[in-house]
Amino acid sequence: MVLSPEEWEAVRLSLAVAGRSVLVSLLPAVLVAWVLARGHFPGRMLLDALVHLPLVVPPVVVGWGLLMLFGVRGPIGGPLNDWFGVRLVFTTEGAALATAVMSFPLIVRSVRLGLEGLDPGLEAAARTLGAGPADRFLTVTLPLMSPGILAGAVTAFAAGLGEFGAVITFASNIPGETQTLPLAIYSATQSPGGEAMAARLALVSFSLALAGLLLAELLGRRLGRWLGRP
Amino acid sequence: MLEVALRHRFSGFALDAAFDSPGVGVTALFGPSGCGKSTILAAVAGLLRPEAGRVVLGGEMLLDTARGVAVAPERRRCGVVFQDARLFPHLTVENNLRYGLRRAPRGAAGPGFGEVVELLGLGALLGRRPLGLSGGERQRVALGRALLARPRLLLMDEPLAALDAARRGEVLPFLARLRDAAGLPILYVTHALDEVDALADRLVLLEAGRVLAAGPLEALAARADLPALARRRDAGALIACTVVEQDGVRGLTRLGFEGGELVVAQRPGLSVGARLRLRLRARDVAVALEAPRSLSMHNILGARLEAIVPAGEAEVMLRLRIGPTAVLARVTRDSVGRLGLAPGMAVFALVKSIAFDHAGAA
Repeated sequence: MVLSPEEWEAVRLSLAVAGRSVLVSLLPAVLVAWVLARGHFPGRMLLDALVHLPLVVPPVVVGWGLLMLFGVRGPIGGPLNDWFGVRLVFTTEGAALATAVMSFPLIVRSVRLGLEGLDPGLEAAARTLGAGPADRFLTVTLPLMSPGILAGAVTAFAAGLGEFGAVITFASNIPGETQTLPLAIYSATQSPGGEAMAARLALVSFSLALAGLLLAELLGRRLGRWLGRP
Repeated sequence: MLEVALRHRFSGFALDAAFDSPGVGVTALFGPSGCGKSTILAAVAGLLRPEAGRVVLGGEMLLDTARGVAVAPERRRCGVVFQDARLFPHLTVENNLRYGLRRAPRGAAGPGFGEVVELLGLGALLGRRPLGLSGGERQRVALGRALLARPRLLLMDEPLAALDAARRGEVLPFLARLRDAAGLPILYVTHALDEVDALADRLVLLEAGRVLAAGPLEALAARADLPALARRRDAGALIACTVVEQDGVRGLTRLGFEGGELVVAQRPGLSVGARLRLRLRARDVAVALEAPRSLSMHNILGARLEAIVPAGEAEVMLRLRIGPTAVLARVTRDSVGRLGLAPGMAVFALVKSIAFDHAGAA
């Protein structure tokens, strides 16, 4: 199966957008997961609900929300554009941002699950051995929650390859700029004679997603063994 | 010197306990499950903040709720051995052992890495991961890890309770060696009397969140008025003995104690002059008014009956004195009536030579 240059461009763009989205959302997602798993504060339930919103709200609505906030006239997008010359709408970075927001809850859920499965007794043991908060986070908590982080990141990456609604609404459908795999497939199905292209890209999309999930499973097992699990 | 005074309430349970523990040696916190002994340990370690209390170790205030002092656990330098070992699964045995050592203050005294590995027989395990270890091995690594953190106090929370009998027997001698090598005060929480016998110097007897009695182990073991101890099937006096003679031909060992001698089935490996502690279980001691003859028992000891204390429905506990040494005998209430036993009477205590549990070197 041979892909045309435009098709390769869509594949490359999808990988770039998904990769950047994971980079952007990983650290905040770990922090939020930490707060949700360990924190006790008023409004925790509200934060929990807000984080999970992208899972249930139509992606188009998320895209529209981003457009309102990050558009060149928006409360965040305005200053970004005026002061730093950074424009997110209709750019690859914007597509990555939209994808990051959509996959954020996936990472949070996975990290949080890993955290909640972690025996707090091990952290208590580290305390009695003289490890302060940052020390025991880096030497005990983080290594033990790393399978959760990894699984979350890979799942988010695989899902991010296929984000459609939020990307097309916020970043539009610009070939070479924001036209990722699903957008390219959509465009192909809309143009006469594009069936073959749509089929090829759909196959690529399917293969990438499957490879991503298999990779996550494999890495998870490796990591589990490294962590001393059966 | 460790001073502990704590008050804490859970749902349906109140802890109100205070005790001191002077210097080096093992103080056992002993009592049934749910008596608050593990809570005390957690509060001393700093892992639990009690509602009110004071913990002073070697003159340093670790906790004083009245003055708002609460030193963080990571700065208390109290090594803890947990019931479930809690080894770090992602680190090798060696890195588990070194975890505390790397974080110990410079200049803190204590045995070195090689010494601890040798003491606890960990040499062959160093490259392995905790998951592949047996329960007994894990607990030995946990002991080493706590000791290598160079603590000023060792806290042990039922370290043998999760092990089966064979594994307990495997770890117990290491615990005794560690106690002798560490030169530290040790608080040892347990509900197993044989561990108390083997390891403890002092006993804090707990029930329902309160201290029933505290003091040297032998003094408490000889008291018939402590139901928590006396009602147990394995209750009995602890006697400090010295080996007087090893008779290989007859297969006997003669032991001297303050006030008399005991002949027991031979214990190989003890040289004359060695000291050991025996628990003489109350149910293994019989009482006679006249010295019987033609008896298989070797030990017929003249004694004075000091007290008769009820122990359950049909039984009583007799406290006997053989010279200065107190011995407990459990007999039926019927026997007391039949023999007309009364405090002050001269009696003979009869003890089978094979009745003894070895309680460890004293």
